[in-house]
Amino acid sequence: MIGGLFVYNHKGEVLISRVYRDDIGRNAVDAFRVNVIHARQQVRSPVTNIARTSFFHIKRANIWMAAVTKQNVNAAMVFEFMLKVIDVMQSYFGKISEENIKNNFVLIYELLDEILDFGYPQNTDTGVLKTFITQQGIKSQTKEEQAQITSQVTGQIGWRREGIKYRRNELFLDVLEYVNLLMSPQGQVLSAHVAGKVVMKSYLSGMPECKFGINDKIVMEAKGKGMTTEDPARSGKPVVVIDDCQFHQCVKLSKFETEHSISFIPPDGEFELMRYRTTKDISLPFRVIPLVREVGRTKMEVKVVLKSNFKQSLLGQKIEVKIPTPLNTSGVQLICLKGKAKYKASENAIVWKCVFACFPQMKQLLKVIKFSESSAWQD
Amino acid sequence: MTDSKYFTTTKKGEIFELKSELNNDKKEKKKEAVKKVIASMTVGKDVSALFPDVVNCMQTDNLELKKLVYLYLMNYAKSQPDMAIMAVNTFVKDCEDPNPLIRALAVRTMGCIRVDKITEYLCEPLRKCLKDEDPYVRKTAAVCVAKLYDINSSMVEDQGFLDQLKDLLSDSNPMVVANAVAALSEINESSSSGSPLVEMTPQTVNKLLTALNECTEWGQVFILDSLANYSPRDEREAQSTCERITPRLAHANAAVVLSAVKVLMKFMEMLPSDSEFVTSLTKKLAPPLVTLLSSEPEVQYVALRNINLIVQKRPDILKHEMKVFFVKYNDPIYVKLEKLDIMIRLASQANVAQVLSELKEYATEVDVDFVRKAVRAIGRCAIKVEQSAERCVSTLLDLIQTKVNYVVQEAIVVIKDIFRKYPNKYESIISTLCENLDTLDEPEARASMIWIIGEYAERIDNADELLESFLEGFADENSQVQLQLLTAIVKLFLKRPSDTQELVQQVLSLATQDSDNPDLRDRGFIYWRLLSTDPAAAKEVVLAEKPLISEETDLLEPTLLDELICHISSLASVYHKPPSAFVEGRSGIRKSLPASARAGSEGVESTESQAAPAVIPAQDSLIGDLLSMDIGGPTVAPVAAAPAAPFGSAAMDLLGGGLDTLLGETSSSPAPPSALPASSAALLGDIFGAPAASATYVAPKTTWLPAEKGKGLDISGSFVRRNGQLFMDLTFSNKAMQPMLGFAIQFNKNSFGITPASPLQVQSPLPPGVAADASLPLATTGPVQKMEPLTTLQVAVKNNVDVMYFACQIPMHALFVEDGQMDKRVFLATWKEIPAQNEVQYTITNVMHSADSNFTDTVVSRMQQNNVFTIAKRNVEGQDMLYQSLKLTNGIWVLNELKIQPGNPNITLSLKSRTPNVAEGVFQAYDNILHG
Repeated sequence: MIGGLFVYNHKGEVLISRVYRDDIGRNAVDAFRVNVIHARQQVRSPVTNIARTSFFHIKRANIWMAAVTKQNVNAAMVFEFMLKVIDVMQSYFGKISEENIKNNFVLIYELLDEILDFGYPQNTDTGVLKTFITQQGIKSQTKEEQAQITSQVTGQIGWRREGIKYRRNELFLDVLEYVNLLMSPQGQVLSAHVAGKVVMKSYLSGMPECKFGINDKIVMEAKGKGMTTEDPARSGKPVVVIDDCQFHQCVKLSKFETEHSISFIPPDGEFELMRYRTTKDISLPFRVIPLVREVGRTKMEVKVVLKSNFKQSLLGQKIEVKIPTPLNTSGVQLICLKGKAKYKASENAIVWKCVFACFPQMKQLLKVIKFSESSAWQD
Repeated sequence: MTDSKYFTTTKKGEIFELKSELNNDKKEKKKEAVKKVIASMTVGKDVSALFPDVVNCMQTDNLELKKLVYLYLMNYAKSQPDMAIMAVNTFVKDCEDPNPLIRALAVRTMGCIRVDKITEYLCEPLRKCLKDEDPYVRKTAAVCVAKLYDINSSMVEDQGFLDQLKDLLSDSNPMVVANAVAALSEINESSSSGSPLVEMTPQTVNKLLTALNECTEWGQVFILDSLANYSPRDEREAQSTCERITPRLAHANAAVVLSAVKVLMKFMEMLPSDSEFVTSLTKKLAPPLVTLLSSEPEVQYVALRNINLIVQKRPDILKHEMKVFFVKYNDPIYVKLEKLDIMIRLASQANVAQVLSELKEYATEVDVDFVRKAVRAIGRCAIKVEQSAERCVSTLLDLIQTKVNYVVQEAIVVIKDIFRKYPNKYESIISTLCENLDTLDEPEARASMIWIIGEYAERIDNADELLESFLEGFADENSQVQLQLLTAIVKLFLKRPSDTQELVQQVLSLATQDSDNPDLRDRGFIYWRLLSTDPAAAKEVVLAEKPLISEETDLLEPTLLDELICHISSLASVYHKPPSAFVEGRSGIRKSLPASARAGSEGVESTESQAAPAVIPAQDSLIGDLLSMDIGGPTVAPVAAAPAAPFGSAAMDLLGGGLDTLLGETSSSPAPPSALPASSAALLGDIFGAPAASATYVAPKTTWLPAEKGKGLDISGSFVRRNGQLFMDLTFSNKAMQPMLGFAIQFNKNSFGITPASPLQVQSPLPPGVAADASLPLATTGPVQKMEPLTTLQVAVKNNVDVMYFACQIPMHALFVEDGQMDKRVFLATWKEIPAQNEVQYTITNVMHSADSNFTDTVVSRMQQNNVFTIAKRNVEGQDMLYQSLKLTNGIWVLNELKIQPGNPNITLSLKSRTPNVAEGVFQAYDNILHG
């Protein structure tokens, strides 16, 4: 299991170092700094083996986090755990930054002690953790409170504490969809899928059992044995065809498997109830048509046309188009017909922001002329 | 005020200052000071000098302060064991605290302090905590048992903690169950005996499956991972377990999903592959795997590495999902490279057009490694899907036109492979390739290009000029290029002998005289000799038709793949290496997939696996014995080549002797019998040997070394006597993915002094999937060491992969020598001389044809064929009495008396010998001969 967990700043200085197992020594901290952080190349793998010691590392903002082990651990679990640690830290003190980590290092140690024991992840639910680990130090607890805490940390419903009361019981539901599209240069759609998630904010009293359904019926493609004979789209009722979905741990998976009903006792506050993926009938909100022309050896002309594809009544807001540029771009000339465009050298991209008015089939144009330094081109 | 200030103290005399602050009376000050100490510890400063002062702060009601002190203790206790003892009292007291959080904290911390004296004190509190009323304490204590096992395994076993841990598996709290499972799995993995200390029963599995629905995501991972180590008893159990695990595939945590996939993949092996259940399960596996690709890049990477394995094991699962593996421009490079790998694996005739157009795009990317891999992938596509070969080649040509150095080099390397796969089809492009000769600067590309020139020398007008240009810098080339250049020029010479004589002489002298690379020199000498003795033979050898290369060159070896499937989601599956390759010190239990329930060979397999332990001694002792032997190479060779010239003589002379045998083999001129494969040797025996010899009982070949133990090499064999010579007949089957070569064999000292009489002659290299027979003549003059059982022979076989050890039994009858006929009188005298306690009796049951009237004669002749000679025959009261003698290779005489009753299928055998422990083997031999 995980032998140690280290957090570094971008320079490689240690901010947090917690060793869980005897086979990991202090030299592991330095080995990672020298071989990964100070290595002058891009990360080629998120798992690095240095002298029979494996380092799992992720970098968020300017912070490196590395989990170290000498054993054959469950790699997916280590990464999921590290992402969870980041989640937990964010919910305690906001953005992950060197400043914030230094300011809260005692808290982080306390958390790490609680959520990882001998390298085995324990309950990592922030809702529960917050009941007994706080930034303000520990409140003295009564015996009942203590018992309540422990039963909750270990309980069947580890994500919700008992005795929550609201005067108004409210439940909010957001459905967020990410349309992923891969298009060939010729404009042919190679693959498209929608990754959606259902985010819920619950302010409910007690231990409410909730049920949730999509059109009251989910047709899982994988399960549809009768699918071939009866096309769900033709059967009259509109049905959401979902390729696959994944649920928050509060959802009773066995019940979903047998009855296709999503039933759960929600955690208090905001959480991601489910994620789903569909590939059928995706109508693209936009079409992006790029035209690239190389003008001489050091110059390139890019023309981007954006076409809206949605109903008149809708308004596309906060639209951002990113056009990646080569690393050796020396200068950019922009002609923008609508919205604002800017070359951001730090991101190696041109960012074009615009708002779509309600015109249907509206076209917008951005013309970019890029200059590259001739010396940067290797002949 | 925030905590970051603690990081900034870098004054001199800091330790001293901290010391006084730690001893301050004010609690707040104390806490501040401890925080500073922890901050210093974090950045790597040595603050161990403050040990007593920090420990003094331990007795406090403030939980936050306590936690900090504990943190300090865990770090420094080992360096100050005597001081650490001061903390014991507080720990023991805390374990009794009314607050469960403090009890758990104490037991958790205590387990992390690796000081013997503290460990002693840990036992009692731990025992109590394992039975604590609060689940939070119990779940912490469960993990603590694993900690203690890591420090002192015998203490855990002696104190009965294992049983207590086992009891926790039936705890009412799912989290306690999960932690207990995790602890038990770890203890099982690291157990010194190599076998699990705690076996899982169907009852515990059932409990775990129930807890699975209720515990945290991490607990689910622990449970699933431990279920993966369980082997269901039968098909039904496997299927019902699968059914209960399938819902986990919809969990949001990728680790839960992958661990569930692992269990399903493993248990599916047990189910008949054509069943409806397996088909529907295969369908259910695809969507969650695809969904994993929408997670964070690091998780994606782990998922992709695992998908790579799954696709190799069960290509059906993802065969329609090609598109999801298309690379996104903003994927991190490691994700891109893995996706590319999987795309190739999924490429088929149906989707090759799409794949190819993608690959073409990738070849114009920025990242050099990625581009190279993409170019290689195009080549692999061509080899895998024949219909696409033409498009692939034209794509590669387009890429060569880009003149981007590394693209061109990579393209040339793969084009070489395409030539090997489709000979005489695309050679028209050679001229284009030749244009790029100057830009090649990597050894592999240069070597490939040289190979192409040599192979197609007759179609390239200026081949000699091209090769000559390479020759100028011969000494500076990489050895790979040098070897290739040597071969290419020899090929050129054989094709165009008239105008290239000078060139070939030049390269031969460069290779043999100016190089100190033995490979190159040897190859040079061989070519030289070959060309000077028999150019016709040289042509046959050097220009021989090459076998086509196989489609998938980079598949994992099946045995390794099966092992890795059992490690899905773990680090092993990320590295694609077995855990033993990167985990230190632990013997570990090798995991393998369960045998398919319906496989026809099941019966055979199970009997084999049962029989194996009886025959093969414990692996350790075997290796110990064999390690004392020198396995540097074919050690028998020096004996055979003993008459070779002394070392001082000219190199050419040395070669003269060696080369003849070499030629003998390749041109199949009459060679010594030992060099012939077994089949023809047996044939010779049949033709020339005494007619009786053909009736010699030969035990069927048995598997001595199964492929899974022999790293893909499977050895079966038997012992036979042909024409008074003992032979070991072996069949080598290569079940690995790469060709094997460099075979050598050695025996450990054994009861009969058996040693190989000549080096092992096996077809080498042995291509994958091919089995070759070999017959090894044996001498009986080697060193003797008594084995138990007597007929055991421990064998080491070496090849380019590894050294493999196995043990086999020599059937005693193979050791009966031809001159085993004893004079009648001597027999009588000896029979009397040998004391009665040396007489052993045995009954041979159910002998066939015993009803025949001339049955006794059949026995006589049968035994005679196997060198058991009948000295006398008497008929006493209707019973036939046969007196037989035989002699073993080591000169031991065995005298037998056979009692045959007509019509009775049982024969009584009395045996007398001065060394009665051979009796067992002789009885066995009689049994085999008379039944065979």
